[in-house]
Amino acid sequence: MPGLEDLYREIILDHYRSPRNRGELPSPPARRAEGFNPLCGDEVVVYVDVDDGTLKDIRISGQGCSISQSSASLMSGAVKGKSLPEVRDLIRTFKAMMSIHEARLGDGDADEPVALDPESLGELAALQGVVKFPVRIKCATLSWNTLAQGLDDAESPDIATATD
Amino acid sequence: MDIASCKRDFPLLHQIVHGHRLVYLDSASSSQRPQSVLDAMDNYYETTHANVHRGVYAIAEEADRRYEAARTAVGRFIGAPNPAQEVIFTKNATEAVNLVALTWGRQTLKSGDAVLLTDMEHHANLVPWLMLAEERGIELRWIPMGDDYRLDLTDLDRLLDGVKLVACTTMSNVLGTIPPFARIADAAHRAGALVLADGAQSVPHLPTDVRSLGCDFLAFSAHKMLGPTGIGVLWARQELLDSMPPFMGGGGMIADVRRDGFTTNELPWKFEAGTPPIAEAVGFGAAVDYLDAVGMEAIHKHELSLTAYALETLAQRFGDDLRIFGPATTDERGGVLSLAYRDIHPHDLAQVLDQQGVCVRAGHHCAKPLMRRLGVNATARASLYLYNDESDVDTLADALAEAATLFG
Ligand SMILES: Cc1ncc(COP(=O)(O)O)c(C=O)c1O
Repeated sequence: MPGLEDLYREIILDHYRSPRNRGELPSPPARRAEGFNPLCGDEVVVYVDVDDGTLKDIRISGQGCSISQSSASLMSGAVKGKSLPEVRDLIRTFKAMMSIHEARLGDGDADEPVALDPESLGELAALQGVVKFPVRIKCATLSWNTLAQGLDDAESPDIATATD
Repeated sequence: MDIASCKRDFPLLHQIVHGHRLVYLDSASSSQRPQSVLDAMDNYYETTHANVHRGVYAIAEEADRRYEAARTAVGRFIGAPNPAQEVIFTKNATEAVNLVALTWGRQTLKSGDAVLLTDMEHHANLVPWLMLAEERGIELRWIPMGDDYRLDLTDLDRLLDGVKLVACTTMSNVLGTIPPFARIADAAHRAGALVLADGAQSVPHLPTDVRSLGCDFLAFSAHKMLGPTGIGVLWARQELLDSMPPFMGGGGMIADVRRDGFTTNELPWKFEAGTPPIAEAVGFGAAVDYLDAVGMEAIHKHELSLTAYALETLAQRFGDDLRIFGPATTDERGGVLSLAYRDIHPHDLAQVLDQQGVCVRAGHHCAKPLMRRLGVNATARASLYLYNDESDVDTLADALAEAATLFG
């Protein structure tokens, strides 16, 4: 039976207590995406500043449990400054680690199954224990799904202008 | 019957989880079942099962008898004047409220009519009215909650002006608050409105009499009162049920069907289309028998003293570190304790408590407008029932202290 130490690793508690990249970005120009976990009422807001195919800056706000907050914080550090394809790859790898297979992450791009390479995840691997607590997986993936949504928005100017 | 011996009757409570005695503090969400309920359902399947209302052979007649006996037992349990006609079996309390919205509501409510709700309703008694508001353009109003976690009735008469229905909980599943329902119902009736009671939380815990409650409709679920999942009740006054159009269409609810139409069956079957949850009804009947044998007064008294013990113990051990969203005393209050402990997220708190074998629920408890009013996303909720005792409360307190070590 998994113990709490599998879930609440020291890195996780550290990111929970002192979350990185907390706050907001002026939107526009930044994109703002909101995610909810209807099971527990957690909410996360992800601000992404995408420029020239790069995720230049990211901020996280919202409220949630230690798992959703630390996952968002770890995510923000891992994706900041990366190219969009790199960010998308990381999202896929992370979600593969959480063993959630969604047919579609982006808009229409055919996803190849991702081989899981925990080495590529760095500190994010600390969240691996979450899979032993199935109800908490949604907490860990909340910010990642929200980021994917933010990137989708940023990459489809049609939708953005259509709502103007 | 001795309330201290109740625990023995519930097989599920005697297990070890994560190396600890299971302490079940989530009965507001769903209760556990005594052996007698499990036995009644097993015995039904082992000896009697056949479809109801259709067979002339012996076991079909017996199935029918047990199904209708359960209806009468449940009806008597809530003081229904005509238990054989007025108790409609539904899937759960949620379906019962939807039934009222989709039959009585659609028949009666027109654009501009108002439905009065309260700040502390469960989504089951909110969303059906929001749906109707979208469909019909009816207006929704809200009885506000005061800072004492009780309904503020100061403006009740003004709020009632033009209202056709008041839909109000008889006990909050988040706060434990028991609103002065009879007083609200009186005022509503004087203003010409009907009254729906969401009894999901009170019927399992308090003696219930639909006449002294003063409601026109009452909705509740078996699974929160020692019965099985998959069955609930809509009770309504017979004249109302007679005047309402049917709910779902199908077998069982008709008297005659022609190519150009149908006529509905008598009460209560008019509202029960298709094969009903028969074994579940039998289990429900056994559940109210069990509750009756213990005595609802005794259960209420036990829960009052246990709630007082919990409020005192938690205040003593944790002081200002622990916040309880709900009335501070046991007056007009049930055994539902919504907790915030330091700034530990309820989800994390529930996870740590689980490691100690303590089952509490973390989340918004299907009451998002109330959570917004409270200014939180979620709480950790411990809820008490007849099979809980002081040692369960002590274990909860010990487990909370454990959480402080991890997240402190
Ligand atoms: C006050 C209240 N109303 C309605 C319901 C809905 O009950 P069910 O889910 O059994 O339909 C609940 C259950 O959580 C409740 O607490």
